[in-house]
Amino acid sequence: MTENISKTRKIRDLILNLLMVLSAGMICCLLLGLIGYILYRGIPYVSWMLVSTKPSLLRGTVGILPNILNTLYMIVITLVIVLPIGVGAAIYLNEYAKNKKIVRIIELATETLAGIPSILYGLVGMLVFVQFFSLGTSLMAGALTLVIMTLPTIIRTTQESLKTVPRAYREGALGLGAGKWYMIRTVVLPCVIDGIVTGCILAVGRVVGESAALLFTAGMANELLSVPEALQPGNAGSTLTVALYMYAKERGQFDIAFAIAAILLILTFLINMSAKAAARKLRK
Amino acid sequence: MEKVKKTVKWLEKIMNLLFLACGLLTILFVILITIFLVISGIPAIRNIGIFDFLCGTVWASTAAEPLYGILPFILTSVYGTCGAILIGVPVGLFCAVFLAKMAPRKIGGAVRNVVDLLAGIPSVVYGLAGMILIVPYVREVFHLPDGANLFSAILVLAVMILPSVISVSETAIRAVPEEYEEASLALGATKTETVFKVILPAAKSGIVTAIALGTGRAVGEAMAVMMVAGNVANMPKLFGSVRFLTTAVASEMSYSSGLQRQALFSIALVLFLFIMAINLILGVMTKRREQND
Repeated sequence: MTENISKTRKIRDLILNLLMVLSAGMICCLLLGLIGYILYRGIPYVSWMLVSTKPSLLRGTVGILPNILNTLYMIVITLVIVLPIGVGAAIYLNEYAKNKKIVRIIELATETLAGIPSILYGLVGMLVFVQFFSLGTSLMAGALTLVIMTLPTIIRTTQESLKTVPRAYREGALGLGAGKWYMIRTVVLPCVIDGIVTGCILAVGRVVGESAALLFTAGMANELLSVPEALQPGNAGSTLTVALYMYAKERGQFDIAFAIAAILLILTFLINMSAKAAARKLRK
Repeated sequence: MEKVKKTVKWLEKIMNLLFLACGLLTILFVILITIFLVISGIPAIRNIGIFDFLCGTVWASTAAEPLYGILPFILTSVYGTCGAILIGVPVGLFCAVFLAKMAPRKIGGAVRNVVDLLAGIPSVVYGLAGMILIVPYVREVFHLPDGANLFSAILVLAVMILPSVISVSETAIRAVPEEYEEASLALGATKTETVFKVILPAAKSGIVTAIALGTGRAVGEAMAVMMVAGNVANMPKLFGSVRFLTTAVASEMSYSSGLQRQALFSIALVLFLFIMAINLILGVMTKRREQND
């Protein structure tokens, strides 16, 4: 069979196959190299001192505890606000909406939001939340900006898992005389909890990795903030990614930048793993 | 009994409205973003003149007689994106074909994990790696005084668009009906020939979508580019320090004021229009694909 093929065809096949394997191999090597190098450069500088103190000019030490806390605050505030809105919008699209046109427009709006680059979010966040609502450069302004950014993710994942709930469930509940909201609360929502969790994990990933949108909304301060302070307007604070940028670009302290990068990589890895686990559970 | 029914009805109505409000909020956000960008972007364009603004080749915002021409940024963004697409798309496409048609299940799964992980890495980490690994390397190989230039930015962007290009085009390749493949194989084509002459043309619109998505990502990327492109407002040269639309907005924002600040918002508006145009192409492609299905 194969002998019938001319030599040029054989060679062309071989080259194309080689290119395919080469591309895939190159991408894998790239990732492994990147991870390996960053961990190699960063891990030696990850110490208890680094993650448990704040930067001190007096002692000349650097700590990233404020940035870790800010990242946590940012995740929590964003999720608390975006979850009800996103899940609500998904429920409306999948359960309530009868008008096809409105559904189309809302979906178009969601897609548009997903396509806008984060630097523009940062700018609009600065104009709207920092200046117009006079929250000042603050964690709150940053979190509200991230709410708009992560909204499409939450809506999409929730909507996808809502679609997997069998219609018979809904009809059964409605047939037994349950109201629509009661039916959604007791029958539909428990079924989609996995999908919502997946959406949350993806949203956390975006919050952790975001920097451009936070530069002008949440600011670059490295002060230690307590929980009430984090919620107040006017208290700026940089997350890990913004801190990495500042240490690398503005101050040239690459050891600390690499240490933060190593921590971020490990976080990314964990987030990816848990998103995969949640998705696997969802499919079952 | 009657009373219970009434409260339930009220609750139903309220919940219905509440969910509708959540849905409408997304539309409101898009309108809000558009309005704020347009309103804050227009004054400077009016002041400078649209022609001088878009086609001016000199950006000297802090000079005694400031000049606000953003052609360097526009061209840099266009060249940078094209370069990233030129490198990233072929590699991504080959990888997508490998994943969809050639790879054994286990290896395919592993490579897919790698691609997902690449997608999740924060852009500042790419920037840092570019700053430390690519920039000095580029400087040495090409004997330049400084390695932070358009070429380095293109390399970093090419890596950053890979995940979206791969995952979207893999989905498109998998969506091609099996009959096409079988017919081609039955006619005597080899498997590789089938993939490149039958399946890829059939998956064309999906691949264009993948390219549009990658373009959107490359145009909109700010932080990584800021760290490797050198950030000087030159007309684009492959080995010259350059500034993209995104980085032009970001780099002067913290200390700008007056007309300079307004001009930065105008740059953001131009960037927004670019992104909207790409989104429009994406929307049309998706619609066409849905109609074909």
